[in-house]
This record gives sequence, structure tokens and C-alpha cells, in this order.
Amino acid sequence: MKLPILGAAALAAVMIVAAGPLTAQSPPQDDSEKEIERYRQMLSDPFSNPGFLAVDRGEALWAEKRGTKNVSLEGCDLGEGAGKLDGAFAKLPRYFADADKVMDTEQRLLWCMDKLQGLDTKDVVLRRFSGPARASDMEDLVAFIANKSSDMKIQPQLSHPKEMEMAAVGEALFYTRGGVNDFSCATCHAEEGKRIRLQGLPNLSVKGKTAQETMGSWPTYRVSQSALRTMQHRLWDCYRQQRWPVPEYGSEALTALTVFLQKQAEGGEIKVPSIKR
Amino acid sequence: MIRTLIPVAALLLVAGSATAEERPAQAVIDAYIKSTFGKASAEWQARIKPDDSLAVCNTTRNNPSSAESDAMLKRESARVTYPADGKFLGDWKKGYQVANNGRGGQFSDPPGTVAGGNCFACHQLDPKEVSYGTLGPSLAAYGKDRKYDPETIKDAYTKIYNSMAVVPCSNMPRFGVNKVLDEQQIKDVMAYLFDPESPVNK
Repeated sequence: MKLPILGAAALAAVMIVAAGPLTAQSPPQDDSEKEIERYRQMLSDPFSNPGFLAVDRGEALWAEKRGTKNVSLEGCDLGEGAGKLDGAFAKLPRYFADADKVMDTEQRLLWCMDKLQGLDTKDVVLRRFSGPARASDMEDLVAFIANKSSDMKIQPQLSHPKEMEMAAVGEALFYTRGGVNDFSCATCHAEEGKRIRLQGLPNLSVKGKTAQETMGSWPTYRVSQSALRTMQHRLWDCYRQQRWPVPEYGSEALTALTVFLQKQAEGGEIKVPSIKR
Repeated sequence: MIRTLIPVAALLLVAGSATAEERPAQAVIDAYIKSTFGKASAEWQARIKPDDSLAVCNTTRNNPSSAESDAMLKRESARVTYPADGKFLGDWKKGYQVANNGRGGQFSDPPGTVAGGNCFACHQLDPKEVSYGTLGPSLAAYGKDRKYDPETIKDAYTKIYNSMAVVPCSNMPRFGVNKVLDEQQIKDVMAYLFDPESPVNK
């Protein structure tokens, strides 16, 4: 396990340099590009993608007895029944009757930690994004849970009125402009084949392949950040670049956007954790 | 002619409504925004409170009616302040720095960060620079192609200062109105576009 990870780290530099041209509008298919594609293939191998370390850590955390009630998360219902993990992530976010709320994976986990384990989640939320020498329980747990839906299809849940409201509000938020630059999600993600500098931008305003490939590849191992990241981090970083205020972790607008994006990505194949620039 | 036009218009309306969810009441959307951004400071809250023009852009997805467009052009034109000295062009070398700087306005920026225009993020400018975005049109040879015409120079100043005074619901930031760039920075960017010595025009 150790050696391939080191190999992946060595390749990280190559990937960072190559990521821009790779996603440019009409990238030339030269030898170096083919080589990088080969590295990508290699890195999606569970034994080389460092994201799978997060999966392993998440598996241990899932089974660990914690909180005032000294129980594991194995009794947590992620929508498919207590402790049932297979395919649960593919249907999240969804409505939970016990909380009377639509929740994404992170929100549901925090709910289970609080209600089931009696765990003070303050420290968990403080470590919501990992950094050097700071592990994130949330990133690890989501990686583990999401991986249990790998090779399955994205199935947005839109039958409950609150799920439908989430999708509609998420769509409205996608087009809501603000911040000193008047930016919305749609400013960058509503046209085909556009880029910022050399970074290609997925058009998420329409249903189909681009949205499917985007949503089907989160959580992902971000080589440039040496960290496993979930959709919560992706949206946090989008709002940062949009010049909006800091979004609250695991909050309503982020879940609404995620519901809308899952709707755009319906039927997409989940391949996680993936690896990205 | 009229007979064929009407069904086409009706079809377009149907197609439009079929792809988009009905927009929920603004109060519902605002409750979500408050839940997610409500803890930010008053200064930050003010930045996401849409002004009259942006509110129209949000509800129409940047497709205002012709009446809304007229009102917006009038409203936004009144918000443009032109240089008191009547000079539109500063130093193109400093303008390049502004165009190349993507900092400012992000919650991760340290206090006192000088904001840039980040023009290269969306536009081609100097044709020798390979790292440019495509959200906006290419501005290579901008001044040269327009023969450095004084009216065009003033129009470009207006566009940078307040894009919505020129194009209703333009995707481009309103750099002057939103105080992202000051007058001198805009003049310098203008010089980068219009100085014959600028790499943009080489």
C-alpha cells in the first residue's frame, strides 16, 4: 500500500502541471497527454488513489463506538434502513421523516452523531475540511459511504414535497447573482466549452453527460490539495470564488444546490472516490 | 406570415417552461440563503442583497423584458462616474498588473487585499498570453482594431465601470459601481486596451 501512494504523490506534480491544458477547449492529443491519461487510469486503481485511504479510515470510524451513548454509527439510517450502506449515497440528498428534513450525506451523518451517538459534533464540524496534520471525520466517512454506491447510478429523490422544493430552490440559487462581482453559479456553468484561464468549466445548466460525469466523480481526491474532498467543499470553494460570504457547512442552500445538481446528473454512473487536479 | 409566427412563439414559450422549474417565491429562496449565509457580517450580507437591476436579472435569468432592459440601462447609466480630468487612459503596464490579478473580494482574502480586475480569467488580451479564459470575447488588438477612436474609448470606460449600463444583465462585473476597481485602476486597464504600445495592440 505504501509504495503506490508514494508513486501517486510523485505523479501529483505532473498532474497539476497538466490539468490546465487537459481541460482546455480543444486540447491537442500529443504524447504527454496520452501519458497523463495513462497516469489517470493508474490513479483510479484503488491501490494507487490516496482517496481510498480516506475510505479505509471512514470504514473504521463508521464502526467505532463514540459519544455519550458509546455506540457506533452502524445504527445510522442513511435512507435505506439502519446500517444499510449499499446504494444509500446514490439517493442522497433525500427526505428523512425522523428529522422532517431533506439532508445530504454530511447533514445526515451529523444528525446520527448527535442523536444516535450523543457525540458533541462541534469538533467534527471544526475539522470538516482536512488539512496538513488535521484529519476530517466527515471527509473520511463520506468517502467510505459514497464508495458503497460506486458503479451505481445517481438516483435523485424527488417525490416528497420538501425534496421538490429543494430542487426548485436549488435551481433558483444556481441563477442567483451576488457578491462584488455579481457572480452566480450560472456565470461560469451555463454554457458549453467555456473556460476560466485554461480551466474547463462543466455546463451544469442542462441535464446529461457533463452533469453526470461531474456529480458522479465526487467525492474526489484533490491532488493539488492532497486531500479527499466532498461536494460540501466543492460548493464552499465555488462560493468563495463567486465572492459570496462563507457558506455554513451542511446548510439548506448547499443541500438545495446539491439536489438540483443530482437532478441534472440523473442516471450518471458513480465512480468514487475519483481523482482530480 | 403572422399565422406562422404565432405558433412558433407559443412553441418557444412551452419549450422554455418545460426545461425550467417554476421559480419558488422569493421569501422561500431568501430563507435558504439566510440559513446558509445568515451568519456572515452585515457588510457581507449587503454584498448578496441584490440591487434593483440584479433582482431583475435573477428572476429573469439574465433575460429582462425590453421594458426592464430600458429601465436598467437608464438606471445603470446614471451610476457611471467619468474621470473629472477627462482622461480615460492611464499606464498600460500597471493596467496589465490589474488585468492579471485575480485577488480580492473572496472570504479567504486577508484584510486590505488590493483587488484586481482578473480580466484574463474570461478574456484573451495579449495574444502572446496562452492562459486566458473564454467566458467573454477576445479583446486582442482591441484599440488597434477600433482605430483608437475617442468615442469607443469612452464606451469601453463605461463598460468596465458599469457593464449593465451597456448590456442589461451583462455577465461582466460592474467594476466601478461595485467598487472592485478604483478610477486609476480602470484608467490603467483602459490603457492596456488602447495604448498603441500595449502588447494587446502588438
